[in-house]
Amino acid sequence: MPDARITVPPSVARGKPFEVRIIVRHPMETGYRTDESGKSIPRNVIRTFTCRYNGDVVFSARMSSGIAANPYLRFFVTAKDSGQLAFEWVDDNGVRGSDSAAVTVV
Amino acid sequence: MTPREIHLSSTRRLLLRSGVALALVPWMPARAAADDLPEIPAMTAFLAGRKPRLAAVRLTLPQLADNGQTVPMKVAVDGPFTPATRVTAINLFSESNPVPEMAAFEFPAFVERIEVESRVRLAASQRIVAVASLADGTLLASAAEVIVTIAGCMDGT
Repeated sequence: MPDARITVPPSVARGKPFEVRIIVRHPMETGYRTDESGKSIPRNVIRTFTCRYNGDVVFSARMSSGIAANPYLRFFVTAKDSGQLAFEWVDDNGVRGSDSAAVTVV
Repeated sequence: MTPREIHLSSTRRLLLRSGVALALVPWMPARAAADDLPEIPAMTAFLAGRKPRLAAVRLTLPQLADNGQTVPMKVAVDGPFTPATRVTAINLFSESNPVPEMAAFEFPAFVERIEVESRVRLAASQRIVAVASLADGTLLASAAEVIVTIAGCMDGT
């Protein structure tokens, strides 16, 4: 199953901001919970999230346990050229996730 | 009027006056709190003595959150912006969460529309502050108060 669900408009107008929505599948474990045997579950949250547009970083987020599980982000990016939005994130365990979406500029 | 009557009526007047004063007391601090930002040490450290203007930032959270595990949050900064006055970052601070620095959103590229939506976890009823940093060094801020029925990080499930 994919680790993220991304929504971008089917086509965007050059020079105008367009909406990007992404949900990443991740427990965002706070570190304050315990399992059935009473052992504490170690913290594991996505620390950094980056969105690149044709190679350039256009949006990034530093997150904590204050962001809900399966983090959802909605933000705007200025349309330049058709190409790719590439998303990358890293959690406390150093596990990297990535996904991408195509952008069509008209 | 006899002196006795004068005495009585002045006591009544005094009582009335103190009653009015008492009614005003709880109202005044609440009013002051709405105009000010809450005391969050992590935010004080971030601001480092700088004073943000309480303008242009719109932080939207529900007034009442049934479940602190996932609370919709929206922050927007009203433009228009020029490359010199564009928003470079928005920092989100929590008054009562174990981790006060909830998130920081950065905008390395110019974008006309500054609006970020996410879902946050809240440990208790509290105020949340969004501080927007502009490229020219200006700081803008806004606070929102949320009442949380079920805390976001205390469940043992």
